[in-house]
Amino acid sequence: MQSAIAVRQLTKKYDEGATGTLALRSVDLDVQAGELLMLMGPSGSGKTTLLSIMGCILTATSGSVRLAGREVVGLSEKQLPALRLEHIGFVFQGFNLFPTLTAQENIELMLDLKGVPAAKAKKRAQELLEQVGLEGKYGSFPADLSGGQKQRVAIARALAGDPGIILADEPTAALDSHTGRNVMQMMSDLAHKRDRAVVIVTHDSRVLSFADRIVRIEDGAIADSAESETIPAELLAQNLSQTVMSLA
Amino acid sequence: MPPLAQRNLFHDKVRLTVTLTGIVFSVVLIVVQLGLFLGFTTATSNLIDHSGADLWITSKNVPYVEQGVAFSERKLNQVRAVPGVADAQKIIAHWTQWKRHDGGEESVQIVGINVDDPLERPWNLVEGRVEDLKSPDAIILDELYKQKLGVTRVGEVFEIGGYRARVVGFTRGIRSFTTSPYVFTSFKNAQDYTNLREDKTLFILVKVAPGADLQQVRRDLLDHVKDVEVFTTGEFSHMTTFYWMFTTGAGVAVLIAAVLGLVVGFVVVAQTIYATTMDHIREFGTLKAMGAPNSYVYKVIMKQAAISAVIGYVLGMIVSVFVVQGSQKGGAAILMPAPMAVGMFFLTLFMCIGAALVSINKVTRIDPAMVFKG
Repeated sequence: MQSAIAVRQLTKKYDEGATGTLALRSVDLDVQAGELLMLMGPSGSGKTTLLSIMGCILTATSGSVRLAGREVVGLSEKQLPALRLEHIGFVFQGFNLFPTLTAQENIELMLDLKGVPAAKAKKRAQELLEQVGLEGKYGSFPADLSGGQKQRVAIARALAGDPGIILADEPTAALDSHTGRNVMQMMSDLAHKRDRAVVIVTHDSRVLSFADRIVRIEDGAIADSAESETIPAELLAQNLSQTVMSLA
Repeated sequence: MPPLAQRNLFHDKVRLTVTLTGIVFSVVLIVVQLGLFLGFTTATSNLIDHSGADLWITSKNVPYVEQGVAFSERKLNQVRAVPGVADAQKIIAHWTQWKRHDGGEESVQIVGINVDDPLERPWNLVEGRVEDLKSPDAIILDELYKQKLGVTRVGEVFEIGGYRARVVGFTRGIRSFTTSPYVFTSFKNAQDYTNLREDKTLFILVKVAPGADLQQVRRDLLDHVKDVEVFTTGEFSHMTTFYWMFTTGAGVAVLIAAVLGLVVGFVVVAQTIYATTMDHIREFGTLKAMGAPNSYVYKVIMKQAAISAVIGYVLGMIVSVFVVQGSQKGGAAILMPAPMAVGMFFLTLFMCIGAALVSINKVTRIDPAMVFKG
């Protein structure tokens, strides 16, 4: 079966300082449609760099990244936005909603980028907001929404382009535990009920139980990878580092 | 497209106020500086531009209208004899002294005209008639200079160059570039006021017959009338303007102020628009991360700039109109003819779009990965 995301021998070097910084070293990773994968690891380990390269936001130094079978390493800066638009939906830690647009308009903007006519975009945006439980909040500005509601708008926006891949960076970091679990449930449903490949970068050990697979990155390389069913339930409740380290 | 550009502008009222204030300030600054330059330029050649003449005849080497050199008025008959000349009149434009009632003296510029058939005449009369100048000691001056010359009403009598002068009318808005107001009077009076000999004149104005070739008439005049120069009205106007604006320091100072006004205006607008764009830099980064091509982001920024330009222009012009109207009562006129107002619109648009292009350059270099940074 073709992976939604296939990463091979991926290396990323930042040209900082005299010798540069190696952010990723020969990373191999596959993410399947219908899978929820969590990337974990200490700050500066390379999680976000890996997410950015898989999201066609950052270019790799060497190696291969295939999205839905298409090689993206080596594509030009002009080709990457179109690829992002077609295949990827992003959910950000800080929501990154447009504060001057209503919830509905935030989603319409994504649909506009996809070339959806205005009337159709309006209807679709309302449907998406209903799907994330925000019916009646069409005209609300982000400032008038709670953190959880904002993240749900962000998820609806990520889904607006009907992407096969959802990439999320610390989606629960700014949320309380109850709201965080709701958001994670939504992300889990995207993977399991709507067959999306979902990759989440997180430090939040409270949400580990939602993962199908947990990948720990350290010093730019994959240190461990574990299927969630192999992780004992009691360990899932413990600290992240302890959890994954115990599997090593 | 959702109204991102409009919302970005109107959502934050404080930022909107700052943006528009910057643009309005620039528009008013440029209008005032260019208007002053235009006002001064126009004032230098007012007398020439308002004459009904096609040609101006002067002595040799007269650089500008205020520097006329006397020549025999008998040349008037020679001029009238040249084919193609429909009309010719002698006039005097020369400085002399005006004596106020309080004993003080002011320099004035006497304009002596042929009252019966004037090719040069006072314009914008608000009191009195040109024909009133037929009286032996009659003068007309501009109401702008009433206070300077100590004049309060028609009928008052003063002394010019030692001769009696009676005010018979007022004009409105006839400014002199120098500090010496124009005083219109008959040619005969002007000879007395300026102490010019009876058989002398300073200029001859020529009206060319309909259908006659202006350049041919000019050549014929130069052939038939000795020791004079013949200029078209446009040439003489340009010479006079050039003298005052570029040979003297005053004009250059006004020109530099106008150029500085343009530069400062552009910098203020550039800074304002740049800051407005930078306020939303993270949102533009999000747009790019979502897959928006650069052209989409440019469109939003350009639209923001264009809306700012239109609103800033309208508000700026409203303020400018008040400033221009206010200036009409002062010694230095700020002119804003319709072409300048239209040109100002395009200049404002150009400044805002230009400034947006500078910020677009910055936006183009946004690393979309910034969206992952908290």
